[in-house]
Amino acid sequence: MKDIKISIIGFGDVGQGVVQVLSQKQQTLEKLGVNIKVVAIVDSRSSLVNADGIDLEKAVQVKRDTGIVGKAGSTTAEIIKNTDHDLVVEVTPTDINTGEPGLTNILTAIENGKHVVTSNKGPFARNYAKLMKAAKDHGVILRYEATVGGAMPIINLIQENLAGNTIERIDGILNGTCNYILTRMGEETLDYQHALLEAQELGIAEADPTYDVMGIDAACKLVILANTAYNNNAIFDDVSITGITKITPQALELADKNGYAVRLICEVSEQVLSVAPKLVPKKHPLAVGGTLNIATIHTDLSKMVTISGIGAGSIETASVILSDIIHISTGYLTHTL
Amino acid sequence: MNLELKDIPGQLVLALQPISEIKGNILSVVHHHDERTPRGTIPVHVLFELNKEKLDELIEQLEKNGVLVARVGEKRLHEEMSVMLIGHIVHTDIRDTIDAVDSTGCAEIVDLALSMPGIEQVSSAFMIIHASTKENLMSALDILHKTADEKGLLMIEPIKNAI
Repeated sequence: MKDIKISIIGFGDVGQGVVQVLSQKQQTLEKLGVNIKVVAIVDSRSSLVNADGIDLEKAVQVKRDTGIVGKAGSTTAEIIKNTDHDLVVEVTPTDINTGEPGLTNILTAIENGKHVVTSNKGPFARNYAKLMKAAKDHGVILRYEATVGGAMPIINLIQENLAGNTIERIDGILNGTCNYILTRMGEETLDYQHALLEAQELGIAEADPTYDVMGIDAACKLVILANTAYNNNAIFDDVSITGITKITPQALELADKNGYAVRLICEVSEQVLSVAPKLVPKKHPLAVGGTLNIATIHTDLSKMVTISGIGAGSIETASVILSDIIHISTGYLTHTL
Repeated sequence: MNLELKDIPGQLVLALQPISEIKGNILSVVHHHDERTPRGTIPVHVLFELNKEKLDELIEQLEKNGVLVARVGEKRLHEEMSVMLIGHIVHTDIRDTIDAVDSTGCAEIVDLALSMPGIEQVSSAFMIIHASTKENLMSALDILHKTADEKGLLMIEPIKNAI
Protein backbone atom coordinates (compact mmCIF):
# COMPACT_ATOMS: atom_id res chain seq x y z
CA MET A 1 0.00 0.00 0.00
CA LYS A 2 1.29 3.41 -0.97
CA ASP A 3 0.67 6.61 0.93
CA ILE A 4 -1.10 9.36 -0.97
CA LYS A 5 -0.18 12.63 0.66
CA ILE A 6 -2.73 15.39 0.40
CA SER A 7 -3.17 19.00 1.50
CA ILE A 8 -6.51 20.59 2.29
CA ILE A 9 -6.73 24.27 1.32
CA GLY A 10 -9.76 25.84 3.02
CA PHE A 11 -10.99 24.55 6.34
CA GLY A 12 -14.61 25.63 6.57
CA ASP A 13 -17.63 23.32 6.42
CA VAL A 14 -16.47 21.42 3.34
CA GLY A 15 -12.82 21.14 4.44
CA GLN A 16 -13.89 19.79 7.81
CA GLY A 17 -16.35 17.48 6.08
CA VAL A 18 -13.48 16.05 3.99
CA VAL A 19 -11.46 15.40 7.16
CA GLN A 20 -14.48 13.72 8.74
CA VAL A 21 -15.13 11.35 5.82
CA LEU A 22 -11.41 10.51 5.55
CA SER A 23 -11.41 9.44 9.22
CA GLN A 24 -14.73 7.63 8.93
CA LYS A 25 -13.75 5.73 5.77
CA GLN A 26 -10.28 4.61 6.72
CA GLN A 27 -11.18 0.91 6.50
CA THR A 28 -12.88 1.34 3.13
CA LEU A 29 -9.78 3.12 1.85
CA GLU A 30 -7.52 0.36 3.18
CA LYS A 31 -9.56 -2.21 1.30
CA LEU A 32 -9.01 -0.18 -1.86
CA GLY A 33 -5.27 -0.21 -1.18
CA VAL A 34 -5.13 3.52 -0.60
CA ASN A 35 -3.67 5.18 2.48
CA ILE A 36 -4.51 8.84 2.44
CA LYS A 37 -2.34 10.98 4.65
CA VAL A 38 -3.22 14.64 5.21
CA VAL A 39 0.11 16.49 5.47
CA ALA A 40 -1.10 20.09 5.36
CA ILE A 41 -4.25 22.03 6.23
CA VAL A 42 -4.58 25.70 5.38
CA ASP A 43 -7.36 28.10 6.39
CA SER A 44 -7.73 31.79 5.59
CA ARG A 45 -5.48 32.89 8.45
CA SER A 46 -3.16 30.02 9.34
CA SER A 47 -1.70 26.66 8.37
CA LEU A 48 -0.70 23.33 9.85
CA VAL A 49 1.93 21.05 8.31
CA ASN A 50 3.07 17.61 9.43
CA ALA A 51 4.99 15.40 7.02
CA ASP A 52 4.07 12.30 9.05
CA GLY A 53 0.34 12.98 8.80
CA ILE A 54 -1.82 15.41 10.73
CA ASP A 55 -3.91 14.23 13.68
CA LEU A 56 -7.23 15.06 12.02
CA GLU A 57 -9.47 14.93 15.07
CA LYS A 58 -7.20 17.30 16.91
CA ALA A 59 -7.03 19.68 13.95
CA VAL A 60 -10.82 19.96 13.86
CA GLN A 61 -10.93 20.52 17.61
CA VAL A 62 -8.32 23.29 17.45
CA LYS A 63 -10.17 24.95 14.58
CA ARG A 64 -13.44 24.85 16.54
CA ASP A 65 -11.86 26.16 19.75
CA THR A 66 -9.64 28.89 18.36
CA GLY A 67 -11.11 29.68 14.95
CA ILE A 68 -7.80 28.86 13.26
CA VAL A 69 -6.15 25.54 12.48
CA GLY A 70 -2.46 26.30 13.07
CA LYS A 71 0.17 28.99 12.91
CA ALA A 72 0.12 32.17 10.87
CA GLY A 73 3.10 33.11 8.72
CA SER A 74 3.11 30.91 5.63
CA THR A 75 1.18 31.70 2.46
CA THR A 76 -0.94 29.06 0.73
CA ALA A 77 1.41 29.14 -2.26
CA GLU A 78 4.40 28.43 0.00
CA ILE A 79 2.65 25.47 1.60
CA ILE A 80 1.67 24.04 -1.80
CA LYS A 81 5.21 24.52 -3.17
CA ASN A 82 7.25 23.49 -0.16
CA THR A 83 5.30 20.57 1.28
CA ASP A 84 6.02 17.16 -0.20
CA HIS A 85 2.61 15.88 -1.33
CA ASP A 86 0.69 14.44 -4.29
CA LEU A 87 -2.71 16.03 -4.28
CA VAL A 88 -4.32 19.33 -3.29
CA VAL A 89 -7.94 19.48 -2.10
CA GLU A 90 -9.06 23.04 -2.86
CA VAL A 91 -12.19 23.92 -0.86
CA THR A 92 -11.97 27.67 -0.26
CA PRO A 93 -15.12 29.83 -0.58
CA THR A 94 -16.46 30.61 -4.06
CA ASP A 95 -16.00 34.03 -5.67
CA ILE A 96 -17.62 33.94 -9.09
CA ASN A 97 -16.28 37.33 -10.20
CA THR A 98 -12.56 36.87 -9.56
CA GLY A 99 -12.41 33.12 -8.99
CA GLU A 100 -10.00 33.81 -6.15
CA PRO A 101 -8.40 32.56 -4.01
CA GLY A 102 -9.23 29.21 -5.61
CA LEU A 103 -7.98 30.10 -9.08
CA THR A 104 -4.46 30.94 -7.90
CA ASN A 105 -4.42 27.99 -5.50
CA ILE A 106 -5.38 25.51 -8.21
CA LEU A 107 -2.93 26.95 -10.75
CA THR A 108 -0.13 26.94 -8.17
CA ALA A 109 -0.88 23.32 -7.34
CA ILE A 110 -0.96 22.30 -11.01
CA GLU A 111 2.27 24.16 -11.81
CA ASN A 112 3.94 22.35 -8.94
CA GLY A 113 2.86 18.97 -10.28
CA LYS A 114 0.07 18.26 -7.79
CA HIS A 115 -3.23 16.67 -8.73
CA VAL A 116 -6.23 18.76 -7.69
CA VAL A 117 -9.70 17.93 -6.37
CA THR A 118 -12.01 20.88 -5.77
CA SER A 119 -15.55 21.86 -4.82
CA ASN A 120 -14.93 25.49 -5.71
CA LYS A 121 -17.05 26.75 -8.64
CA GLY A 122 -15.53 30.23 -8.78
CA PRO A 123 -12.28 29.34 -10.59
CA PHE A 124 -14.24 27.64 -13.40
CA ALA A 125 -16.71 30.47 -14.07
CA ARG A 126 -14.41 32.17 -16.59
CA ASN A 127 -11.32 29.94 -16.68
CA TYR A 128 -12.39 26.34 -17.30
CA ALA A 129 -10.34 26.00 -20.47
CA LYS A 130 -7.27 27.64 -18.92
CA LEU A 131 -7.37 25.32 -15.90
CA MET A 132 -7.82 22.18 -17.97
CA LYS A 133 -5.00 23.15 -20.30
CA ALA A 134 -2.68 23.86 -17.36
CA ALA A 135 -3.47 20.43 -15.87
CA LYS A 136 -2.83 18.73 -19.20
CA ASP A 137 0.41 20.63 -19.79
CA HIS A 138 1.73 19.61 -16.38
CA GLY A 139 0.54 16.02 -16.58
CA VAL A 140 -1.74 16.20 -13.54
CA ILE A 141 -5.42 15.45 -13.00
CA LEU A 142 -7.96 18.13 -12.04
CA ARG A 143 -11.28 16.76 -10.80
CA TYR A 144 -14.28 18.89 -9.84
CA GLU A 145 -17.31 16.65 -9.31
CA ALA A 146 -18.19 18.55 -6.10
CA THR A 147 -18.65 21.84 -7.96
CA VAL A 148 -22.01 20.80 -9.45
CA GLY A 149 -25.02 19.25 -7.77
CA GLY A 150 -23.52 18.36 -4.38
CA ALA A 151 -23.65 14.58 -3.93
CA MET A 152 -25.15 14.00 -7.38
CA PRO A 153 -22.32 12.57 -9.54
CA ILE A 154 -23.21 14.29 -12.80
CA ILE A 155 -19.68 15.18 -14.01
CA ASN A 156 -18.56 11.55 -13.79
CA LEU A 157 -21.77 10.49 -15.47
CA ILE A 158 -21.08 12.76 -18.45
CA GLN A 159 -17.32 12.15 -18.68
CA GLU A 160 -17.16 8.46 -18.01
CA ASN A 161 -20.47 6.60 -17.93
CA LEU A 162 -21.97 8.36 -20.94
CA ALA A 163 -18.67 8.53 -22.86
CA GLY A 164 -19.27 8.04 -26.58
CA ASN A 165 -22.75 9.54 -26.47
CA THR A 166 -23.43 12.89 -28.07
CA ILE A 167 -25.09 15.06 -25.46
CA GLU A 168 -27.98 16.89 -27.05
CA ARG A 169 -29.15 18.80 -24.02
CA ILE A 170 -29.07 18.84 -20.24
CA ASP A 171 -32.01 20.18 -18.22
CA GLY A 172 -31.64 20.40 -14.52
CA ILE A 173 -32.33 21.93 -11.15
CA LEU A 174 -28.93 22.81 -9.71
CA ASN A 175 -29.80 25.14 -6.86
CA GLY A 176 -31.46 23.57 -3.82
CA THR A 177 -32.16 26.93 -2.18
CA CYS A 178 -34.32 28.19 -5.05
CA ASN A 179 -36.06 24.85 -5.31
CA TYR A 180 -36.88 24.92 -1.61
CA ILE A 181 -38.23 28.48 -1.82
CA LEU A 182 -40.38 27.72 -4.89
CA THR A 183 -41.65 24.49 -3.33
CA ARG A 184 -42.68 26.24 -0.10
CA MET A 185 -44.25 29.19 -1.92
CA GLY A 186 -46.36 26.76 -3.91
CA GLU A 187 -47.32 24.45 -1.05
CA GLU A 188 -48.27 27.08 1.52
CA THR A 189 -49.04 30.13 -0.63
CA LEU A 190 -46.15 31.96 1.06
CA ASP A 191 -44.83 35.07 -0.58
CA TYR A 192 -41.24 35.11 -1.75
CA GLN A 193 -39.84 37.11 1.18
CA HIS A 194 -41.48 34.81 3.71
CA ALA A 195 -40.25 31.62 2.06
CA LEU A 196 -36.74 33.12 1.85
CA LEU A 197 -36.75 33.97 5.58
CA GLU A 198 -37.87 30.42 6.35
CA ALA A 199 -35.04 29.02 4.22
CA GLN A 200 -32.55 31.29 5.98
CA GLU A 201 -33.77 30.18 9.40
CA LEU A 202 -33.28 26.55 8.40
CA GLY A 203 -29.78 27.26 7.09
CA ILE A 204 -30.84 26.40 3.53
CA ALA A 205 -30.33 29.96 2.29
CA GLU A 206 -27.36 32.11 3.19
CA ALA A 207 -27.60 35.48 4.95
CA ASP A 208 -26.89 37.08 1.57
CA PRO A 209 -29.04 34.97 -0.76
CA THR A 210 -28.12 36.93 -3.93
CA TYR A 211 -25.98 34.20 -5.54
CA ASP A 212 -28.78 31.68 -5.13
CA VAL A 213 -32.01 33.55 -5.85
CA MET A 214 -30.66 35.60 -8.76
CA GLY A 215 -29.62 32.38 -10.50
CA ILE A 216 -25.89 33.18 -10.33
CA ASP A 217 -24.92 30.00 -8.49
CA ALA A 218 -26.93 27.87 -10.92
CA ALA A 219 -25.41 29.71 -13.90
CA CYS A 220 -21.89 28.99 -12.67
CA LYS A 221 -22.69 25.27 -12.35
CA LEU A 222 -24.23 25.36 -15.80
CA VAL A 223 -20.97 26.77 -17.23
CA ILE A 224 -19.09 23.83 -15.72
CA LEU A 225 -21.61 21.36 -17.19
CA ALA A 226 -21.41 23.03 -20.61
CA ASN A 227 -17.62 22.80 -20.65
CA THR A 228 -17.75 19.21 -19.45
CA ALA A 229 -20.28 18.16 -22.07
CA TYR A 230 -19.13 20.27 -25.03
CA ASN A 231 -15.59 21.46 -24.25
CA ASN A 232 -16.84 24.78 -25.64
CA ASN A 233 -14.95 27.32 -23.50
CA ALA A 234 -18.29 28.65 -22.22
CA ILE A 235 -17.94 31.33 -19.57
CA PHE A 236 -20.31 32.73 -16.97
CA ASP A 237 -21.02 35.84 -19.06
CA ASP A 238 -22.48 33.67 -21.88
CA VAL A 239 -25.38 32.50 -19.72
CA SER A 240 -28.81 34.15 -19.97
CA ILE A 241 -29.96 34.40 -16.35
CA THR A 242 -33.39 35.07 -14.80
CA GLY A 243 -33.79 34.63 -11.04
CA ILE A 244 -36.84 33.72 -8.95
CA THR A 245 -37.38 36.98 -7.05
CA LYS A 246 -40.33 38.14 -9.19
CA ILE A 247 -42.37 34.97 -8.73
CA THR A 248 -45.54 35.31 -6.72
CA PRO A 249 -47.58 32.68 -4.85
CA GLN A 250 -50.56 33.60 -7.04
CA ALA A 251 -48.55 32.73 -10.14
CA LEU A 252 -47.62 29.37 -8.63
CA GLU A 253 -51.26 28.73 -7.75
CA LEU A 254 -52.33 29.51 -11.30
CA ALA A 255 -49.64 27.23 -12.72
CA ASP A 256 -50.67 24.48 -10.31
CA LYS A 257 -54.33 24.73 -11.43
CA ASN A 258 -53.13 24.14 -14.98
CA GLY A 259 -51.00 21.12 -14.07
CA TYR A 260 -47.60 22.78 -13.78
CA ALA A 261 -44.99 23.51 -11.13
CA VAL A 262 -42.53 26.39 -11.54
CA ARG A 263 -38.87 25.50 -11.08
CA LEU A 264 -35.58 27.31 -11.70
CA ILE A 265 -34.32 25.29 -14.65
CA CYS A 266 -30.84 25.23 -16.11
CA GLU A 267 -30.75 24.40 -19.79
CA VAL A 268 -27.46 23.50 -21.46
CA SER A 269 -26.98 22.68 -25.13
CA GLU A 270 -24.54 23.76 -27.80
CA GLN A 271 -26.88 26.63 -28.68
CA VAL A 272 -28.48 27.51 -25.35
CA LEU A 273 -27.08 28.39 -21.93
CA SER A 274 -29.96 29.55 -19.80
CA VAL A 275 -31.08 29.71 -16.20
CA ALA A 276 -34.72 30.72 -15.84
CA PRO A 277 -37.91 29.79 -14.05
CA LYS A 278 -39.83 27.37 -16.28
CA LEU A 279 -43.18 25.61 -16.24
CA VAL A 280 -42.62 21.92 -15.45
CA PRO A 281 -45.56 19.51 -15.81
CA LYS A 282 -46.30 18.15 -12.33
CA LYS A 283 -45.75 14.55 -13.48
CA HIS A 284 -42.41 15.34 -15.14
CA PRO A 285 -39.31 13.86 -13.44
CA LEU A 286 -37.87 17.36 -12.97
CA ALA A 287 -40.80 18.51 -10.83
CA VAL A 288 -38.98 17.62 -7.60
CA GLY A 289 -39.65 19.41 -4.32
CA GLY A 290 -37.45 20.60 -1.45
CA THR A 291 -33.70 21.06 -1.72
CA LEU A 292 -33.09 18.20 -4.15
CA ASN A 293 -30.95 18.66 -7.24
CA ILE A 294 -31.83 16.80 -10.41
CA ALA A 295 -30.74 16.71 -14.03
CA THR A 296 -31.86 14.98 -17.19
CA ILE A 297 -29.20 14.37 -19.81
CA HIS A 298 -30.57 13.93 -23.33
CA THR A 299 -28.20 11.90 -25.50
CA ASP A 300 -28.25 10.29 -28.93
CA LEU A 301 -27.53 6.71 -27.87
CA SER A 302 -28.64 6.39 -24.24
CA LYS A 303 -31.60 8.76 -24.85
CA MET A 304 -32.68 10.23 -21.50
CA VAL A 305 -30.74 9.64 -18.29
CA THR A 306 -32.00 11.35 -15.14
CA ILE A 307 -29.96 11.70 -11.96
CA SER A 308 -30.97 13.20 -8.65
CA GLY A 309 -29.33 13.77 -5.28
CA ILE A 310 -28.78 16.02 -2.31
CA GLY A 311 -27.38 19.29 -3.62
CA ALA A 312 -25.59 20.67 -0.58
CA GLY A 313 -24.22 19.86 2.88
CA SER A 314 -20.67 19.35 4.07
CA ILE A 315 -20.68 15.53 4.27
CA GLU A 316 -22.57 15.12 0.97
CA THR A 317 -20.10 17.44 -0.77
CA ALA A 318 -17.16 15.74 0.95
CA SER A 319 -18.46 12.38 -0.30
CA VAL A 320 -17.84 13.30 -3.94
CA ILE A 321 -14.49 14.92 -3.06
CA LEU A 322 -13.54 11.58 -1.50
CA SER A 323 -14.66 9.79 -4.64
CA ASP A 324 -12.46 12.09 -6.76
CA ILE A 325 -9.50 11.54 -4.40
CA ILE A 326 -9.97 7.77 -4.63
CA HIS A 327 -10.26 7.95 -8.41
CA ILE A 328 -6.96 9.81 -8.70
CA SER A 329 -5.25 7.68 -6.02
CA THR A 330 -6.15 4.33 -7.55
CA GLY A 331 -5.19 5.55 -11.03
CA TYR A 332 -1.98 6.94 -9.60
CA LEU A 333 -1.15 3.58 -8.00
CA THR A 334 -1.79 1.68 -11.22
CA HIS A 335 0.47 4.04 -13.12
CA THR A 336 3.34 4.23 -10.68
CA LEU A 337 3.53 0.69 -9.30
CA MET B 1 -58.82 14.15 -45.43
CA ASN B 2 -60.96 11.09 -46.08
CA LEU B 3 -60.43 9.53 -49.49
CA GLU B 4 -62.01 6.59 -51.28
CA LEU B 5 -59.92 4.35 -53.52
CA LYS B 6 -60.94 1.90 -56.18
CA ASP B 7 -60.29 -1.72 -55.19
CA ILE B 8 -57.54 -2.29 -57.75
CA PRO B 9 -53.71 -2.22 -57.26
CA GLY B 10 -51.72 1.05 -57.38
CA GLN B 11 -54.48 3.30 -56.05
CA LEU B 12 -52.73 4.40 -52.84
CA VAL B 13 -49.83 5.89 -54.80
CA LEU B 14 -52.32 7.85 -56.91
CA ALA B 15 -53.76 9.24 -53.69
CA LEU B 16 -50.50 10.17 -51.94
CA GLN B 17 -48.31 11.32 -54.80
CA PRO B 18 -50.27 14.53 -55.47
CA ILE B 19 -49.93 15.51 -51.82
CA SER B 20 -46.14 15.24 -51.80
CA GLU B 21 -45.87 16.78 -55.27
CA ILE B 22 -47.35 20.06 -54.06
CA LYS B 23 -45.09 19.99 -50.98
CA GLY B 24 -47.62 18.72 -48.48
CA ASN B 25 -46.20 17.07 -45.36
CA ILE B 26 -47.91 13.71 -44.75
CA LEU B 27 -48.23 12.98 -41.04
CA SER B 28 -50.28 9.77 -41.01
CA VAL B 29 -52.01 7.40 -43.42
CA VAL B 30 -54.58 4.84 -42.33
CA HIS B 31 -55.57 2.44 -45.10
CA HIS B 32 -58.78 0.57 -44.20
CA HIS B 33 -58.11 -2.57 -46.29
CA ASP B 34 -60.91 -4.63 -44.84
CA GLU B 35 -63.64 -2.04 -45.06
CA ARG B 36 -65.77 -1.20 -48.06
CA THR B 37 -67.95 1.83 -48.55
CA PRO B 38 -71.48 1.26 -49.94
CA ARG B 39 -69.90 2.28 -53.26
CA GLY B 40 -67.43 -0.62 -53.02
CA THR B 41 -64.43 1.68 -52.57
CA ILE B 42 -61.77 1.45 -49.85
CA PRO B 43 -61.68 4.29 -47.31
CA VAL B 44 -58.32 5.93 -46.58
CA HIS B 45 -57.69 8.54 -43.94
CA VAL B 46 -54.77 10.89 -44.60
CA LEU B 47 -53.47 13.56 -42.24
CA PHE B 48 -51.13 16.13 -43.74
CA GLU B 49 -49.90 19.72 -43.54
CA LEU B 50 -50.35 21.91 -46.57
CA ASN B 51 -50.31 25.53 -47.57
CA LYS B 52 -54.03 26.40 -47.56
CA GLU B 53 -54.02 28.05 -51.00
CA LYS B 54 -53.00 24.77 -52.58
CA LEU B 55 -55.96 22.77 -51.27
CA ASP B 56 -58.20 23.26 -54.33
CA GLU B 57 -55.36 22.35 -56.66
CA LEU B 58 -54.79 19.16 -54.66
CA ILE B 59 -58.44 18.11 -54.75
CA GLU B 60 -58.55 18.68 -58.49
CA GLN B 61 -55.46 16.52 -59.03
CA LEU B 62 -56.78 13.75 -56.77
CA GLU B 63 -60.05 13.61 -58.69
CA LYS B 64 -58.13 13.53 -61.98
CA ASN B 65 -56.37 10.43 -60.58
CA GLY B 66 -59.73 8.81 -59.93
CA VAL B 67 -59.55 9.24 -56.17
CA LEU B 68 -62.78 10.31 -54.52
CA VAL B 69 -62.38 13.04 -51.92
CA ALA B 70 -65.09 12.24 -49.36
CA ARG B 71 -64.34 14.76 -46.64
CA VAL B 72 -61.87 17.56 -45.94
CA GLY B 73 -61.38 18.50 -42.30
CA GLU B 74 -59.26 21.44 -41.44
CA LYS B 75 -57.42 22.17 -38.25
CA ARG B 76 -55.38 25.21 -38.83
CA LEU B 77 -53.52 25.46 -35.54
CA HIS B 78 -52.30 22.19 -34.09
CA GLU B 79 -49.24 23.18 -32.11
CA GLU B 80 -49.94 24.16 -28.51
CA MET B 81 -47.94 25.69 -25.70
CA SER B 82 -48.66 27.15 -22.29
CA VAL B 83 -46.86 30.22 -20.98
CA MET B 84 -47.15 32.43 -17.93
CA LEU B 85 -46.65 36.13 -17.47
CA ILE B 86 -46.03 37.79 -14.12
CA GLY B 87 -46.11 41.56 -13.56
CA HIS B 88 -48.41 44.50 -14.15
CA ILE B 89 -50.16 42.68 -16.96
CA VAL B 90 -53.42 44.57 -16.95
CA HIS B 91 -51.90 48.03 -16.45
CA THR B 92 -49.55 47.42 -19.36
CA ASP B 93 -52.51 46.77 -21.69
CA ILE B 94 -53.23 43.08 -21.89
CA ARG B 95 -55.20 43.60 -25.14
CA ASP B 96 -52.02 44.85 -26.79
CA THR B 97 -50.03 41.88 -25.44
CA ILE B 98 -52.55 39.44 -26.89
CA ASP B 99 -52.68 41.34 -30.19
CA ALA B 100 -48.90 41.07 -30.52
CA VAL B 101 -49.30 37.32 -30.86
CA ASP B 102 -52.65 37.17 -32.67
CA SER B 103 -51.57 39.70 -35.30
CA THR B 104 -48.94 37.25 -36.58
CA GLY B 105 -51.81 35.41 -38.30
CA CYS B 106 -50.23 32.02 -37.67
CA ALA B 107 -50.58 31.87 -33.89
CA GLU B 108 -53.33 32.75 -31.44
CA ILE B 109 -53.80 33.00 -27.72
CA VAL B 110 -56.76 30.65 -27.24
CA ASP B 111 -57.07 30.60 -23.47
CA LEU B 112 -56.21 33.09 -20.76
CA ALA B 113 -56.55 32.81 -16.98
CA LEU B 114 -55.75 35.81 -14.81
CA SER B 115 -54.98 36.14 -11.13
CA MET B 116 -55.20 39.68 -9.79
CA PRO B 117 -54.61 39.67 -6.03
CA GLY B 118 -54.91 43.46 -5.47
CA ILE B 119 -54.80 46.79 -7.24
CA GLU B 120 -51.18 47.66 -6.48
CA GLN B 121 -49.96 44.06 -6.57
CA VAL B 122 -48.57 42.23 -9.56
CA SER B 123 -50.88 39.89 -11.44
CA SER B 124 -50.24 36.61 -13.23
CA ALA B 125 -51.60 35.27 -16.47
CA PHE B 126 -51.59 31.69 -17.69
CA MET B 127 -52.14 31.49 -21.42
CA ILE B 128 -52.35 28.80 -24.06
CA ILE B 129 -51.02 29.61 -27.51
CA HIS B 130 -51.95 27.66 -30.62
CA ALA B 131 -49.96 27.84 -33.83
CA SER B 132 -49.97 26.16 -37.21
CA THR B 133 -46.39 24.87 -37.05
CA LYS B 134 -43.57 24.56 -34.53
CA GLU B 135 -41.69 27.37 -36.28
CA ASN B 136 -44.70 29.65 -36.03
CA LEU B 137 -45.11 28.74 -32.38
CA MET B 138 -41.50 29.64 -31.73
CA SER B 139 -41.77 32.95 -33.53
CA ALA B 140 -44.98 33.75 -31.61
CA LEU B 141 -43.08 32.99 -28.43
CA ASP B 142 -40.26 35.31 -29.49
CA ILE B 143 -42.77 38.09 -30.12
CA LEU B 144 -44.40 37.51 -26.75
CA HIS B 145 -40.96 37.52 -25.12
CA LYS B 146 -40.11 40.85 -26.70
CA THR B 147 -43.45 42.35 -25.69
CA ALA B 148 -43.01 41.05 -22.12
CA ASP B 149 -39.48 42.49 -21.92
CA GLU B 150 -40.68 45.89 -23.14
CA LYS B 151 -43.42 45.91 -20.51
CA GLY B 152 -41.20 44.64 -17.70
CA LEU B 153 -43.15 41.38 -17.37
CA LEU B 154 -41.55 38.08 -16.39
CA MET B 155 -42.37 35.38 -18.91
CA ILE B 156 -42.20 31.73 -17.87
CA GLU B 157 -42.04 29.15 -20.64
CA PRO B 158 -42.44 25.40 -20.30
CA ILE B 159 -39.35 23.21 -20.34
CA LYS B 160 -38.52 21.66 -23.71
CA ASN B 161 -40.42 18.54 -24.83
CA ALA B 162 -42.47 18.47 -21.64
CA ILE B 163 -44.19 15.10 -21.47
